[in-house]
Amino acid sequence: MATLEIKDLHVSVDTEDGPKEILKGVDLTIKDGETHAIMGPNGSGKSTLAYSIAGHPKYTVTQGSVTLDGVDVLAMSVDERARAGLFLAMQYPVEVPGVSVANFLRTAKTAIDGEAPKLRTWVKDVNTAMEQVKMDPAMSQRSVNEGFSGGEKKRHEIVQLELLDPKVAVLDETDSGLDIDALKIVSDGVNRFKEDGDKGVLLITHYTRILRYITPDFVHVFVDGRMVEEGGPELAEQLEAEGYDKYVKSAV
Amino acid sequence: MTVATDSVRNALEQSPEKVVSHLHPEGSFEIADHVVPTGREEVWRFTPLKRLRGIHQDAPLDGHSFTVEVHAADGVTAEAVGVDHESRGTSGIVPPDRVSARAWAAADSVFLVDVPKEHVGEEATTVTLTGTGNDVASAGHLVIRAGAFAKATVVIRFQGTATLAENVEIVVGDGAELTVVSLQDWDDDAVHHSTQHARIGRDATLRHVAVSFGGDVVRHDATAEYAGPGGSVEMLGMYFADEGQHIEHRLFVDHNQPHTRSNVNYKGALQGQGAHAVWIGNVLIRKEAEGIETYEENRNLVLTDGCQADSVPNLEIETGEIEGAGHASATGRFDDNQLFYLRSRGIEESEARRLVVHGFFNDLIRKIGVPELEEQLVGTVEAELEKNVHRITGATAPVEVP
Repeated sequence: MATLEIKDLHVSVDTEDGPKEILKGVDLTIKDGETHAIMGPNGSGKSTLAYSIAGHPKYTVTQGSVTLDGVDVLAMSVDERARAGLFLAMQYPVEVPGVSVANFLRTAKTAIDGEAPKLRTWVKDVNTAMEQVKMDPAMSQRSVNEGFSGGEKKRHEIVQLELLDPKVAVLDETDSGLDIDALKIVSDGVNRFKEDGDKGVLLITHYTRILRYITPDFVHVFVDGRMVEEGGPELAEQLEAEGYDKYVKSAV
Repeated sequence: MTVATDSVRNALEQSPEKVVSHLHPEGSFEIADHVVPTGREEVWRFTPLKRLRGIHQDAPLDGHSFTVEVHAADGVTAEAVGVDHESRGTSGIVPPDRVSARAWAAADSVFLVDVPKEHVGEEATTVTLTGTGNDVASAGHLVIRAGAFAKATVVIRFQGTATLAENVEIVVGDGAELTVVSLQDWDDDAVHHSTQHARIGRDATLRHVAVSFGGDVVRHDATAEYAGPGGSVEMLGMYFADEGQHIEHRLFVDHNQPHTRSNVNYKGALQGQGAHAVWIGNVLIRKEAEGIETYEENRNLVLTDGCQADSVPNLEIETGEIEGAGHASATGRFDDNQLFYLRSRGIEESEARRLVVHGFFNDLIRKIGVPELEEQLVGTVEAELEKNVHRITGATAPVEVP
């Protein structure tokens, strides 16, 4: 049971010329078991939406609300949002030198669950999660994301998704920069997460390619800080054929 | 034209001893050759002279206010010998400043850690110096010597409180592999001035580690030079400067032999009002030092407002016929993106900051390569963070109304 509800969300960032509005009134409701794809051209504000939901300090919410099962998400700190059940798979996962993947995963799992995971099952769970995305479990001894290839970083995000088991996962361009094999591995991971049936997925992407492997229930077209069209999976096919031109032109 | 050419030739034909490094004034054993510093000198400009309790002036250095406890590894001798012992001066040390010259004159014994040639031991020799008072300053002279092809680890630990001026000589025989760790775990009111000089034999390796956590003023000046080609030195350091603390590490690698290597890596964290860390990394590549390779790096992590980190790498290059030379220095606050990433996984802010600081030091701690020290150093980092955890979280965190 999880509903993420975004209403009339306005978000701005500070620039040299003062605050600049990026999101100009976003409405979106993601219910249990639903997968929503948000597609849009570069610079449309897709990633800003993802980071705003997760609470990145760079973005200021000026208007609107975000709730998870009716609870105000915007009043929560970044870590509180994660503990409430939100997860953001990042487009550019951050390197944390000197902190091992194993230590990071255990610390995160302990924080999310409020208690340390049972040692015996935990090691097995970590190894299984890594093997499922074809990551060598020996990588758990390496520093978080340090020296990882682009594909390894994305697969590491999926390992976290599987282990932390949130209610709603926001995937920010997880498909970008992946070759077809890595894309399938990552998509399989997301589909395993969806299998539970009560999970919400918000898939932010620039390309339709990933939607061949992860079937969305809804597709939204995002241009200039707001949704401009909503449809079913067929909308993705139409975008594949026609691109974003007609939306970009009408938005200008 | 000819005049210019001649002067260039003359400059090039100077003997190695004559090459004057502007980074290091010429040393002397005569106290009178070193005027009392005013604080305007290049080598003193970062040091709070007023807090040195007069050891840079004429304060007596006859305190003997410390006890020494020794745990010598099998086959290694560690004992006090007379100041006329043949080992004294064999590193090539020439006091570079007044404190060092005074300590040389005042020392009435030499503590010698002697590793016989071809002795290979895994166990570390530990010398613990416990200061018993800082009213009267003390002088010390330590010689650590590893014979040819020996392999050993020596840990010198300082604790308690003292006002100590010391000279440390490290002599690494040909082909030997020596690790020397100097661990400054002083009480908050100690003053420690240490001048260290290492001579590294042909094909020998020295790993020199400085760990500074305690003390009011800690000023270490460590020089490495080579007795033959093929030598290698790794100088590692970590420090944690708290409120009001001055921790200064001055390093000088003198590449005076060809095909020698040096790698310097110092990392420090600062927290609290008036915490001051100084790192000077000088490297001189002499004309004859062809084919050498050197890299030095200093990183500072500033955890709170009110701290100051001075970081000055200097490279003086007299030959271009080298494998490589480089340096890096960076001082910064927490990386917000790292904190965001960890917090977005549910990890609380204070815990996320702890992880980042541990991570900052961890790879360095692993490089020290003394297993019995590793756990202890991780624990010390933890204890330092505990002291200031509220202050750290208060520094850059957004105000959160409860």
